[in-house]
Amino acid sequence: MLIIGEKLSIIAKRVREAMLNKDKGPIQEIATNQWKQGAGMIDANIGPAEDGGEELMQWMVTTIQEVVPLPICLDTTNFKAVEAGLQVHNNEWGRPLINSTSNDPERFPMMEIAAKYNAQLIGLTVGKGGLPADAEERAAIAAEIMARAMEYGIPLEDLFLDPLVLQIATSQDHALHVIKAVKMFQELNDPAMKTVVGLSNISNGCPRALRPILNKYYLTLLTYEGLTAAIADPHEVAETVKTTDVIMGKTLYAHSYLEM
Amino acid sequence: MAFVAPKETYAGKVFEVAIGTDKPVVFGGENVLPFHSFEGNVPSRPVIAFEIQDTAPDDWPETVKKAHAGVSGDPVTWAKHCQDALGAKAIALRLVGTHPDRENRSPEEAAKTVRDVLAAVTVPLIILGSNNVEKDSAVLVAVAEAAKDRNCIIGKAQEANYKTIAAAAMANSHKLIAMSELDINLSKQLNILITQMGFDKEKLITDPMCSALGYGLEYTYSVMERIRLAALTQNDATMQQPMLGDVGMYVWKVKETQAPEADLPQWGSLAERGIAWETATAGSLILAGAELLIMRHPEAVKAVEKFIDELL
Repeated sequence: MLIIGEKLSIIAKRVREAMLNKDKGPIQEIATNQWKQGAGMIDANIGPAEDGGEELMQWMVTTIQEVVPLPICLDTTNFKAVEAGLQVHNNEWGRPLINSTSNDPERFPMMEIAAKYNAQLIGLTVGKGGLPADAEERAAIAAEIMARAMEYGIPLEDLFLDPLVLQIATSQDHALHVIKAVKMFQELNDPAMKTVVGLSNISNGCPRALRPILNKYYLTLLTYEGLTAAIADPHEVAETVKTTDVIMGKTLYAHSYLEM
Repeated sequence: MAFVAPKETYAGKVFEVAIGTDKPVVFGGENVLPFHSFEGNVPSRPVIAFEIQDTAPDDWPETVKKAHAGVSGDPVTWAKHCQDALGAKAIALRLVGTHPDRENRSPEEAAKTVRDVLAAVTVPLIILGSNNVEKDSAVLVAVAEAAKDRNCIIGKAQEANYKTIAAAAMANSHKLIAMSELDINLSKQLNILITQMGFDKEKLITDPMCSALGYGLEYTYSVMERIRLAALTQNDATMQQPMLGDVGMYVWKVKETQAPEADLPQWGSLAERGIAWETATAGSLILAGAELLIMRHPEAVKAVEKFIDELL
């Protein structure tokens, strides 16, 4: 399971202030912690970033990669900021991931950029017409995104399909739709399509004490269905990832497996 | 279209271990299953060490005792014989005389034996205790010190005594054998515990416990095979140590290596039978993934070396 560390998000007050003040300290500290806790990639969520997005994304990418030898997941709707970030990304530590394109024409420029910079790309299975109703609709949108990605010259193994996790508190049915979609997405290609979720969205709006519980059990079920990657808090899910790997026979059991 | 043989690629690699100082010997380092050199890199061949003891091998069966007659009364003479006359690439000195039920020799006496043997040979030395967990923790600490900086292998550390033995091996720059009893999960656990003490994971050798053909060899085979698969396919760094097959000790106590022809004529020549038994056991274990073997009969060693030549 590839864990993409979610903690560097503009939604968090400390991160937002560090971004505003260009204060490297907190950004590098959070990035380093996520790396040590098992993240294989760091998400840099700068929001819509309409003003100064290009410069901000470049600052984020270089600030993180100064201290952490991991690739970056460039998370913004501003495609110019994504392109700017890719220009300074250090590919020595892995290929970057663009978060994200979708079936909405406004997001198609992300495909052009992914192809131009040989970056990996998240395809969020939503279109212009609002949220998908079920797993089948998600798979239909996924197929359209895949066809478009091929037109742009993006290899399908560089595309991560995201079924869009919704809040359990308001859209309980979708929790299962998403699990089913993860299974269906893989069948859309051989070798199986890669999949990714924004995990903590499941518990968005729930009481603070419940959030880790919901996130962790949900991740287990998704992992069982073959999920490739999750944007999540590495510290929160480390135990879950290791334990699920042991149960699924991906890691050899030893009494100290959690310490490894 | 011409047929192209499918090839596996593996995520992991076995650690390469070098032992000795004057004439260092290297084993491990491969990134493929045993002898799959067509799929990747096999830089070294398995190494066979000749087993000698600190006491005369009175309890060994006739066939193998005869092969070392005239030299085995003294470990220094015996070691030199293995090196010079038999062409041993490494020597495994088993300090059986320290066992409380045997001569109960002191750690100091054991240390002297080790110093004497080290002074007489240039090939790498593997120093083994008597497999008594309490006594080994005293004996192996003393011999590790006596062999300081000679880059030996010390063994065997087990769950009950690994702390003192691993600390002594670490302080005196030796490699260490970690032995567990035919259980892959306990084998992994012991490697984790030893490395959590600060012992370098690349200086460990895993002994999943040997057994002779007909006496549970398939268990050893299967554990070794699974350890190697975890190392290569799951890139599990706690399972990437080279593996030891301590063959001679297990083979030369089973009935097939001892029963006289007079009693069991249908089993054929006793001398050939014992050699064949050690050869078949050792040959199986190198196929399962063992990189280091400890053996007793020179003819069996020769046969296994030939087997390796043919497989490489």
